[in-house]
Amino acid sequence: MSQNQSNNGTLVAVDGVGKVFHRGAEDIHVLAGLSLQVPNGQFLALMGPSGSGKTTLLNLIGGLDRPTTGSVQVGGERIDELSDRQLAHWRARHVGFIFQLYNLMPGLNAERNVELPLLLTHLSKAGRAEHVRTALAIVGLTHRAKHYPRTLSGGEQQRVGIARAIVTDPTLLLCDEPTGDLDRKAGDEILDLLQALNREHGKTIIMVTHDPHASARAARTLHLDKGQLRGEEEK
Amino acid sequence: MKFLPLLWSNLKRRKLRTLLTLLSILVAFMLFGFIAAIKQALVGGLAIAGADRLIVRHKVSLIISLPGSYQQTIDKIPGVAGSAHETWFGGIYQDPRNFFPQTAVVPEEILAAYPEIVLSPQQKQAWLNTRTGAVAGRKTAQRFGWKIGDKIPITTAIWTKADGSQLWEFDLVGIFDGREKAVDTTALMFRYDYFDEGRRYDKGHVGWYIIRVRDPSQAVAISKRIDDEFANSPAETKTEPEGAFAQSFAKQIGNIGLIAQGILGAVFFTILLVAGNTVAQSVRERTGELGVLKAIGFTNVQVLGQVLAEACALSVLGGVLGLGLSWLIISRGDPTGGLLPMYYFPAKDLLTGLGISLALGVAAGILPALQAMRLRVADALRRM
Repeated sequence: MSQNQSNNGTLVAVDGVGKVFHRGAEDIHVLAGLSLQVPNGQFLALMGPSGSGKTTLLNLIGGLDRPTTGSVQVGGERIDELSDRQLAHWRARHVGFIFQLYNLMPGLNAERNVELPLLLTHLSKAGRAEHVRTALAIVGLTHRAKHYPRTLSGGEQQRVGIARAIVTDPTLLLCDEPTGDLDRKAGDEILDLLQALNREHGKTIIMVTHDPHASARAARTLHLDKGQLRGEEEK
Repeated sequence: MKFLPLLWSNLKRRKLRTLLTLLSILVAFMLFGFIAAIKQALVGGLAIAGADRLIVRHKVSLIISLPGSYQQTIDKIPGVAGSAHETWFGGIYQDPRNFFPQTAVVPEEILAAYPEIVLSPQQKQAWLNTRTGAVAGRKTAQRFGWKIGDKIPITTAIWTKADGSQLWEFDLVGIFDGREKAVDTTALMFRYDYFDEGRRYDKGHVGWYIIRVRDPSQAVAISKRIDDEFANSPAETKTEPEGAFAQSFAKQIGNIGLIAQGILGAVFFTILLVAGNTVAQSVRERTGELGVLKAIGFTNVQVLGQVLAEACALSVLGGVLGLGLSWLIISRGDPTGGLLPMYYFPAKDLLTGLGISLALGVAAGILPALQAMRLRVADALRRM
């Protein structure tokens, strides 16, 4: 990813993307000819009402879905042209996902959850343990490593989710309403953490939110409505 | 190996459901073990039946005896290497429930006919020297605590002695073993001359003949020659290979193999549905989690493998436990007290059971695994 992004400073380039879902005989146009660029190292917030296409756009950028029209380049690579298998490998190497409901495996403790993406690498057990320790230290949860999700608070579970997202040291972090299920205090802590990851660790972050308080932490905010970009704020 | 914690965490997700499924698989494989042992006990003789041995019996029924004079005629038939005869005694030792086979034989002949019977040269010599001598199989000797030198009293309602008594006494002069596990070592064999002299009627007759042929490929032709020889006589014969004889003996209680296959087929089909339902439910419940795995980079094939591995782990664990338990119980011996002398769990059936447990896992898991493989990530994540 590094060669292309260093040439022009753009990490994500979405060009004329459209996405149509089929529900029975009905076609639902979620995104329509949307284009945007995200520079490397930016903290971007995507805002908009429900159904505006925020999560769909995030899924396209993260290679979880494919556009109906247009192209998605990340780090200079056309990810919409990759096969399912290539896309899975690409996600494992380059993207970390953070979900609103944390999406942890209930039967695995915190460190096992964080370790999951590393199972797809060739790291030894000791190597994986080292990476897990580092990731848990960054999110401040070293002392809760052996705890299962049900024994952790919402904020702590989201920290585990963040540790899992960063454990492979991806370039891009994609967050879908990361504070949507948390109270204000816990939400602020998560946002502090995301800001630190952006500023201190150079992670490019794209965060979907409908909370202005959360989007205020981002360097740039894009407003979506009915599948199109309606406005932009930059700090 | 590194995926084991993930696999284990999914299995213990619904502990009660996993436990109940495991128990149903365990019970099915225990049943498999018992049926395999019973089948072995009933038709095990087929496996060790010598290809070069023929059995000559009365054409009408096995229970009708044949003249002892037939032996000389049979021995002269081209292709016959040797012969022996046995006569069923059907006696009772202490209690009618203490069943074990007893036959009257000529020692040298029977030992030549059945080289799989292992008797030490000293004990063989003692048998030849002792007119009232008998040899017992290891299993029966152990069962009743017999030692060489013991007197074995056996009563019989079939063979009354010349003095009217039904009690026969034999001197135990030897204990024989089998050259392989499938050899029946429950029999008691005693000398025909002592028996024939002592019985009141049917003197000079024998139960059936065991014929050794020089060339097994000529067995059918020799059988025909023997039967032709005694055609139109008062005691016509029916000659057949030992395997067929053992099979017809077993078939008196039905086609064991078919019955066993029928029962096991029904049991395993039911278990397939139970295990398949468990895996399918498990996959349905964690659609979102499977979506997360795909999102973080697991390929479709890896997700398929994960679900299949869970199904196989459940099935193989249940299979190993079930087979192991049945093996332990079967190893304690014949539960009928002697009716099933070769009651044991054959190693080949144990391996077959393990193979079936793996196949059951694949069959139960393949549809849910394919379903999980085809999940679209974005759709799956919405169901979290």
